[in-house]
Amino acid sequence: MNFRFRSYYIYVAVVFIGLIYILRLLEIQVLDDKYSLIAEKISLRKQTIYPQRGLILDRNKKLMVYNEPVYDLMLSVPIKLQDIDTSEFCRLIEIERTEFDKRLEKAKKTAYHGKAIFTKNVSNIIFARLQERLYEYKGFFFEIRQDRNYKYNSSSHVLGYLGEITRNDLESQQESYYEQGDFMGKNGIEKFYEEYLRGEKGESYFYVDKFGVNKGIYKEGKLDVDPKDGNNLFLSLDIDLQQYGEGLLDNKMGSVVALDPKTGEILALISSPFFDPANFNIQNRSKHYADALMDPTKPMFNRAVSAPYPPGSTFKPIMALIGLQDGAIYPETHFGCPGYYRLGRRIIKCHGHTFNTSLERSIASSCNTYYCNTFKAMMQSDKYANTEAAYNSWRNYLESFGLGQELGVDVSGEFKGWLKDASFYDRMHGKGSWNYSRIISLSFGQGELGMTPIQMANVAAIIANRGHYYTPHVVHRIEGVNEIPEKYRVKHRTMISPTTFDPVIRGMLLVNESGTAAGVSIKGINIAGKTGTVQNPHGKNHAAYMAFAPAENPRIAIAVIVEEAGYGATWAAPIANLMIEHYLKPDSVEGSSRSYLETRLREANLIPEKFIRKSVTSLNAD
Amino acid sequence: MQTKSRIDIIATFLFLCIATLGISCVYSATSEFGVFSLFEGRSGKQMMFLGIAIFIGLVFFLLNSNFFELFSWPIYGAIMLLLVAVLFVGSDINGARSWIKIGSFSLQPSEFAKYGTAFAVSALLSTIGFSFSKKADIVKLLLVILLPMGLIILQGDTGSALVFASFILVFYREGLSPLLLVLGISIIAIFVITLIYGSLIFSVAMIVLLGVVFAFTYTNKKILLPSIIIAVLTILLSLSVQFLFDNVLQEHQKKRIQVTLNLIEDNQGAGYNVNQSKIAIGSGGWSGKGFLNGSHTKGNFIPEQTTDFIFCTIGEEGGWLLSSGTILLFVLLILRLYHMANRAKKKYKRVFIFSLASILFFHLTINVGMTIGIMPVIGIPLPFISYGGSSILSFTVFMFTALKMDASRDEDLTSEY
Repeated sequence: MNFRFRSYYIYVAVVFIGLIYILRLLEIQVLDDKYSLIAEKISLRKQTIYPQRGLILDRNKKLMVYNEPVYDLMLSVPIKLQDIDTSEFCRLIEIERTEFDKRLEKAKKTAYHGKAIFTKNVSNIIFARLQERLYEYKGFFFEIRQDRNYKYNSSSHVLGYLGEITRNDLESQQESYYEQGDFMGKNGIEKFYEEYLRGEKGESYFYVDKFGVNKGIYKEGKLDVDPKDGNNLFLSLDIDLQQYGEGLLDNKMGSVVALDPKTGEILALISSPFFDPANFNIQNRSKHYADALMDPTKPMFNRAVSAPYPPGSTFKPIMALIGLQDGAIYPETHFGCPGYYRLGRRIIKCHGHTFNTSLERSIASSCNTYYCNTFKAMMQSDKYANTEAAYNSWRNYLESFGLGQELGVDVSGEFKGWLKDASFYDRMHGKGSWNYSRIISLSFGQGELGMTPIQMANVAAIIANRGHYYTPHVVHRIEGVNEIPEKYRVKHRTMISPTTFDPVIRGMLLVNESGTAAGVSIKGINIAGKTGTVQNPHGKNHAAYMAFAPAENPRIAIAVIVEEAGYGATWAAPIANLMIEHYLKPDSVEGSSRSYLETRLREANLIPEKFIRKSVTSLNAD
Repeated sequence: MQTKSRIDIIATFLFLCIATLGISCVYSATSEFGVFSLFEGRSGKQMMFLGIAIFIGLVFFLLNSNFFELFSWPIYGAIMLLLVAVLFVGSDINGARSWIKIGSFSLQPSEFAKYGTAFAVSALLSTIGFSFSKKADIVKLLLVILLPMGLIILQGDTGSALVFASFILVFYREGLSPLLLVLGISIIAIFVITLIYGSLIFSVAMIVLLGVVFAFTYTNKKILLPSIIIAVLTILLSLSVQFLFDNVLQEHQKKRIQVTLNLIEDNQGAGYNVNQSKIAIGSGGWSGKGFLNGSHTKGNFIPEQTTDFIFCTIGEEGGWLLSSGTILLFVLLILRLYHMANRAKKKYKRVFIFSLASILFFHLTINVGMTIGIMPVIGIPLPFISYGGSSILSFTVFMFTALKMDASRDEDLTSEY
């Protein structure tokens, strides 16, 4: 019998199997791209190459902030730790075996993009030790990122700090630039100019084997992107002036803001006490953060832009300007001052000075009576239908000075201050049933009025400029960018006409010549200033002072607040005047009086007892 | 009549294509970006063994065309002795005692057992008067097949033992009742259905089916009785399969079968190989990632990627074009060999060449099938491509023996069926 025909069935079977397999291959290789994606996930790794973050320098090109590498110990995912001498590894990175297991578990949970963080911010010593033996521990690798370090223990409130991106930031970002674990500016300049400072990350693609060991570059680096370093940033700060001021404010709670009135550039911005910026970089933050938060003197609080203080007598020049502009007084107006201002049965005290007070003298000797009268004249003026209308007009003048609103500075934590609506007094006293007598303390800067030091410095700049200002800012120049942001190049005009300023400035000059600050005046520099002693219901008075100089061609406008210190003339004015001199005449020979003044200020400890920190043990006892 | 030896050009060409592909694949799977050359390492060894095997094969052409027929039983006997020897002097690799160490070379007798058995089967079937209807002949045939199978199972290498099932095709070609094939396929079907749906559902289904048959044919007792017998037998088989699966099979064997049938997904355990293998092949796309550029191959993600899973490298680096091309080459080679078998004038040669073709067919089906996830993982090599001295040596020598037999077909005068 011939069974040859049976061969043909087998031929058919062979062709059939071949066809099935070829179709199956077509399905998994061509039609279904799932496998390609999985393969890339498994064997392709993207390494991010972090750019150098832009350096930060002061206006004189002195380096303030630079980069320092930090090393993250990473694990390749999927995690396959085989043949690893775990105890030796633990010894190398100085952890316990249980900690190793804990971190491994955590790494498994937090894996993303084929990698997981095993230990963040490994120290340089451990990095060096482990790096040369890393080949023994397949699957582990280092990722290098840039942390910040600082040339000066200074300016922390301006500089701000970096931090790891939060989940919120990650989800709300619009351009999907950041990845989990990236650093970004969290505060201060680092945050405001993040876009310029950060540069552009680069990428490099490579293959890994099943242990995560690099097996070569993907497609000869065709997909790789070189990182672009960040733009260097020049601040308007003068680091010498900044540090000089920080020294004067040592052991005091308070703030100094110095501006260049011609440009709005911030020359110095001090909030005391402050923290060492180096303690707040990525590597050290965790060690110091809680400590700084618990400090009752609030070193993290940026008083310069966040703390509203009643301006006290430093408000008088503003009140004078409004009175003049509004027609309530004239440059020649005199008011008699018996040493007090009588308001029905109430008496508002004044200081001892000559009875018949001119506008200029009222500023020089800080006469309360003069301003009570001015304020009353304005509030009761026939121009206005009622007190509310007059108040609103007064308020409009102040708003044109940038008060009661955020100026829009590039310093973190800005507060708008206190400037109440008329409705506030309606609620307090009943609509229509309040008049000037209820709010007369506003005329000399007390009551429901709060100005941040930067607002006060801006007022000094406005007077120096005779009626206009530029929004204060710390950015001086961004390397590679032609101009600073537009909002810092816009001239803001106040409602006061330039000629109105002359008598007020003459009065402010008198403050240093023969007025309240005469004792701390600086020879050879015409400083126009105004002292203030701010009533503080919680303790001693705050010392306040604002000034600009030289009066004939102002180059610096300054405001100083020293909390719970006493008289403005004693504590705030000398700090400001010394700083003005330091800035205008950095090479001047130091006179004996001046060095005495400096020493007195530097050594004074004005932090009230209640703010001295309790020891840790007594805290625990609580 | 022409008496000159003429080697079959088509089969030789196909073989050389496949063998060359094999060397490139082994090179690609082991090279670390040019750390060593083609002539070192595994690809170098592969070339050496291929060279030796081709040399031996060419020597065959100097032999008398009846040499193999005369020495069939001694060759079979010698290889069976090796299979016995390996049980005593063999060394264990991967849980199987299949290798005899000779210096630096490990010989795997089970690879040569197919070759030897093909001789014995050819000799037995071409004995004058052999018939599948004679019980004595069947017993002899079973002994010839089951002896090497049993010895290989004793070594712990079930995969290699299964290859002997491919002789069923040879027997079928030579006159074995197709009932056996149908029976074999039915058993596999019952096995698969039982594992997927369980023996209980299978039994219920069979009883319902029996009821249906009964309802239509209750007058015809001639159909009823065999139906009942078949139903009972299949139910018993299903129950025993369940029992076998639950109690006899080892855990890893169960898992391999379950993974193949998609009953469980275990990409980190038993299914790891297949999953990685599918990823590697699947990521090849139309034309692959290019020679030496397979990221999965380079990353050593697939265990046994130079041996049992060599097809991954083809699929990943050559894409669909090369992988289906490879299958096409094999299909053409197998068909050509069947054709050569059928044109042989002597039954002995026909059976022998037919055996080679069927063994290649079986290897191709199982090996490629497992890498693309439609066959369970059974560790047998892809002929001429997988790395392994014994495999390359035995298959190439097998191939040349077949080529020699075919080349001298004109010397044979008789034509038997």
